[in-house]
Amino acid sequence: MLGWRLRTPAAAIAGIGLGIGLMTTVLVPWVEAQTPAQREQAARKAYEEHMRRMDEAEKAAAAKPATPPAATTPPPAAAAPPANPPAAPKVAAPANPAPGMSQADQDAATERGLEQYRRMMKEDPWSNPALLDADRGEALWAAKKGPRNVSLAETCDLGKGVGKVDGAFAELPRYFEDADRVMDAETRILWCMENFQGFDSTAFRKNPHPGGGQPVKDIGAIATFVSHKSSGMKLASKKDHEKEKEAIALGEALFFRRQGPFDFSCATCHAESGKRIRLQPLPFLSDPKEAKVVVGEWPAYRVSSTHVMTMQHRLLDCYWQMRLHRLDFGSDVSVALSAYLYDRARDGDIAAPGLKR
Amino acid sequence: MKKHFILAALAAVLATPVSAQETKIDPLHADVVMKFAFSQAPKDWAGRVDQDETLKVCSAARNAPSAADAEKIMAREKAKIKYPDDGKLMGDWKQGERWAQSGYGMRFTDYPPRNPNGGNCYACHQMTQAEVSYGTVGPSLREYGKIRKYAEADVKAVYEKIYNAHAAFPCSLMPRFGSNAVLTIDQIKDLVALVMSPESPVNK
Repeated sequence: MLGWRLRTPAAAIAGIGLGIGLMTTVLVPWVEAQTPAQREQAARKAYEEHMRRMDEAEKAAAAKPATPPAATTPPPAAAAPPANPPAAPKVAAPANPAPGMSQADQDAATERGLEQYRRMMKEDPWSNPALLDADRGEALWAAKKGPRNVSLAETCDLGKGVGKVDGAFAELPRYFEDADRVMDAETRILWCMENFQGFDSTAFRKNPHPGGGQPVKDIGAIATFVSHKSSGMKLASKKDHEKEKEAIALGEALFFRRQGPFDFSCATCHAESGKRIRLQPLPFLSDPKEAKVVVGEWPAYRVSSTHVMTMQHRLLDCYWQMRLHRLDFGSDVSVALSAYLYDRARDGDIAAPGLKR
Repeated sequence: MKKHFILAALAAVLATPVSAQETKIDPLHADVVMKFAFSQAPKDWAGRVDQDETLKVCSAARNAPSAADAEKIMAREKAKIKYPDDGKLMGDWKQGERWAQSGYGMRFTDYPPRNPNGGNCYACHQMTQAEVSYGTVGPSLREYGKIRKYAEADVKAVYEKIYNAHAAFPCSLMPRFGSNAVLTIDQIKDLVALVMSPESPVNK
């Protein structure tokens, strides 16, 4: 969360603007459509419109000249730039903060906007933009794809049997005998795509998460669909197999492991109640009481970045703040930390996809 | 039959504590998985996942080290503190406010560097009255210098705490800004001025 102030308020305001714009121009007509067929057609149109806007935003951002490096003293840390600077997940905020507005006013305005947005969402749970991704994920789950031209629905076992999605997310992460590994939802979906559809994941693994304003990638959309199919149930990740217990214990050790140039661990920010970074409240994630409230809301639509963010992506974002590099998708670290968080949040409500600042 | 039942019951009793026992993780296991979890990191980032002796002890003790370990950490970290050549510990508080506000630097999206690294003090500390967007992970530093009557000993203590907080507070959550080369000595001097100078808005 360190440094969020530099970009988040403007991004959040832009996000709310985009979100409310999306609601009024696209989602409201969708919700108002009468028959299921009309709804489906409206949803498809809404999604296309959403994608078109995202493309436009991306093109506009790309057209903007890059800010020239400031002529300041070089930073003290010796660090060579990576050969290929990765596409920043934190692209510059698309809007400038209103001139003359203090930080406190901006934050208050952001919070008010979000509150209104959450209220609208509560009144109509179908208005969470993440449900568009869940729909896309459902279609992808059923579609015949890859060199072997098979669907995940006819090949992939998420733990409850081949093709069974209802309630599968609630029991993840779990041990899978075919892979001889504990896996979370996203890792399992990618494993199925590689092993059954013949999907080559090389390119995906280099850049598995969307940048600001881009929609969640296909695997994230499928994970959103899968999580939604356990919404309303209780988190009940498996803790029977020796490897499941080991993953949880490893996740706990990693949660408290300090490293990097800032000496941070997850526990630096998330091992005490009632603390905040700048104005952002921090959940006490090693405490079951607080973990239960937030963990079941992921994957979630993030208003500040206008896309669905999955658990794998969220963990990468934390390590980014900790000044470590891109956490590998489905790595032992990300799976173990997921296993630990879902264990802490055991019996918490699943309300996925959620909505986050 | 009865014998079997007794044996089965005995086995169940013996097995229960074993299965209920928490799985123990060798810290080396965590070290190894961290080594392999960032395959896109440039070569010179490899050391970032490593832990020195202090971080090893603090991680294992969940930041509550034993008295003996605390002594060792304080001595070890104190020895790492370097002081300015001219002996002056206070710089420009206005520059200090800039470093206190900035969270820029050392993230993988910060390369090639476009700005000097920041200390991001406001993420965790209250400092000036004007800045209401402050965190609460660290203690409030409002009027820190004023309360201490701007004493010279406290100026030195503040310099040391920013340079390497573990020398005063073993297993502190605060980054070792000087020892880890996050901030330069000049930047740390500016931050000392922000906290300890009578002109600084922190003390107004």
